[in-house]
Amino acid sequence: MNRNWSIFNIVSVVLGFAFLYLPIVLLIVYSFNASKLVTVWGGFSTRWYSEMLSNQGLMDAAWVTFRVGLLSATVATVLGTLAALALVRHTRFRGRTLFTGMVYAPLVMPEVITGLSLLLLFVSVGFERGFWTVSLAHITFSMCFVAVVVQSRLVSYDMSLEEAAQDLGCTPFEAFYKVTLPVILPAVIAGWMLAFTLSLDDLVIASFTSGPGATTLPMKIFSQVRLGVTPEINAVCTVLIGLVATGVIIASLINKRKMVREARIDSKV
Amino acid sequence: MKSLGSTRRSFTPWLDKETKPYISFQNVTKKFGDFVAVDNLTLNIYEREFYSLLGPSGCGKTTLLRMLAGFEEPTSGEIFLDGVSLKGVPPHKRPVNMMFQSYALFPHMSVRDNIGFGLKQAGIAKAQITERVDAILKLVKLEEFAKRKPDQLSGGQRQRVALARSVVLRPKLLLLDEPLGALDKKLREETQFELMDLQHELGLTFMIVTHDQEEAMTMSDRIAVMDKGTVIQTGTPAEIYEAPNSRYVADFIGTVNTLEGKVKEKAAGKVKIVGKDGFTIEAATTDQFALNTDDTAWFSIRPEKIKVSRSKPDKQTNAVEGEVWDIGYLGDMTLFNVMLDSGTIMRASVLNAKRTVDDPIGYEDRIWLSFEPDAGIVLER
Repeated sequence: MNRNWSIFNIVSVVLGFAFLYLPIVLLIVYSFNASKLVTVWGGFSTRWYSEMLSNQGLMDAAWVTFRVGLLSATVATVLGTLAALALVRHTRFRGRTLFTGMVYAPLVMPEVITGLSLLLLFVSVGFERGFWTVSLAHITFSMCFVAVVVQSRLVSYDMSLEEAAQDLGCTPFEAFYKVTLPVILPAVIAGWMLAFTLSLDDLVIASFTSGPGATTLPMKIFSQVRLGVTPEINAVCTVLIGLVATGVIIASLINKRKMVREARIDSKV
Repeated sequence: MKSLGSTRRSFTPWLDKETKPYISFQNVTKKFGDFVAVDNLTLNIYEREFYSLLGPSGCGKTTLLRMLAGFEEPTSGEIFLDGVSLKGVPPHKRPVNMMFQSYALFPHMSVRDNIGFGLKQAGIAKAQITERVDAILKLVKLEEFAKRKPDQLSGGQRQRVALARSVVLRPKLLLLDEPLGALDKKLREETQFELMDLQHELGLTFMIVTHDQEEAMTMSDRIAVMDKGTVIQTGTPAEIYEAPNSRYVADFIGTVNTLEGKVKEKAAGKVKIVGKDGFTIEAATTDQFALNTDDTAWFSIRPEKIKVSRSKPDKQTNAVEGEVWDIGYLGDMTLFNVMLDSGTIMRASVLNAKRTVDDPIGYEDRIWLSFEPDAGIVLER
């Protein structure tokens, strides 16, 4: 490896990372600002964190978001995985191209349209808007993301693995959860995480489909920012970043430990 | 007693009218849409037999195997295993195991777990699973690889794991789909004999699908040569090689010279054919020979059964002159491609039984090819 860093390299790396992370760093730094004015540094303080915790509205919104995320990501993962399985397995049914296209279409559909159409649906069937409607809406749009992620894994999956499991005494269902599911599990988990984050940061669709008492965190933040950015919001965002970062780090640590263990078995033999 | 081929067989259950077939395909047809993969096929396989389905890709041999394993249901007809119909029996309830062409090893399990999977599924006690897996690991010489994952193994090792996994359940019938296809030539030859030993040791019935005729010849008790969903001929390797029933079979197995001609004189046990290439062939025939005078027939003869000489043989028939067109020296034998005056190329092979030859044959030499009446076979189709 070349250890000589030229000035050009250093500058480009610094600029690149600054472009990506400067706004986030600023946000984190100002969340510890003692001053009430967002852009004026008034010394270090954690007061906005305690204020955030005592802000019932924010806490309620966070709790709603978390519940919506968990529910919609889980259901979307189940449905998306099933859709992917159906698409990969039955390659010759009539209208397959249309069906595939219909699964992919919501990916590129403007969120405003998805949100509006869902709103119209809920209104027309007289569904009271709130937690369930937001969750349903999130399932609808994140399911296709899961389907795409899982399908890309399934394409390279050797279907004879499932046949081998059946041959060795599994019912078709056992073959799926003992062999296929463990093999495609990383993709399923990735799909779940994608669905969860999509649900966490969705503002547009949630605004259309939510009702009183089911305000999600992005909605809450957005409405508060309209009245002016408070350091409290910075604190909330910092916590969010912290949570996401921890998740990513844990995931990569697990992955690394698994690799190390496999390498050890390798070297032993 | 005269017999086909140079080996004597003691295992011939198919000749015994009393023996019941172990597997029986009865008028089995399988269609995929309009495509007929297997066409009204009837086939009997006996217990402890090493049976090969041989044919080009797309001839229906894999479909046949998959119908036995239960992954495909016949469109019509029935399959019996040990006298019991397999109609509607799902794969996991069949006393049959299959070794897949891709090996289909479970990537998330170690070698040990892969092999023990079927035992665990059958609800066998843990201690017993360990014992049986250990025994089979020893048999396939993979003891020190038990903890590895399939992606940490070489192709040959994976093949052994797949084999171990399918035999550890002691199935009544083991199906092997191109089991050696992914191995290189040398490993393939070694493994062929290992498979035969294993089959003998465990006393299993093997049914193997292959497109490699050498593989089928080496390992099988009997071979079924297939084409377009039908079986063209079944028989021992020697029967298939020495007494093919058609040009298709003769051509598919080994190298053969096929000379077209018209039947001239027909007598008991022999026939005279005037070949297109201008020389008369006198050939021995069997009782079943059904052609009449002036019918088209094909005389098929293997290269090693042709005598090569510089001078004209004494006989008037079964001898033809030609020019040496190509020579292939293989070490153990030498191949001569000889162009007859009619333009047809015939191949003869000569065993190099001696290290030195006084008057070697060279390119463009004129030589004589001759053969005995029973060295070849007259084919009707």
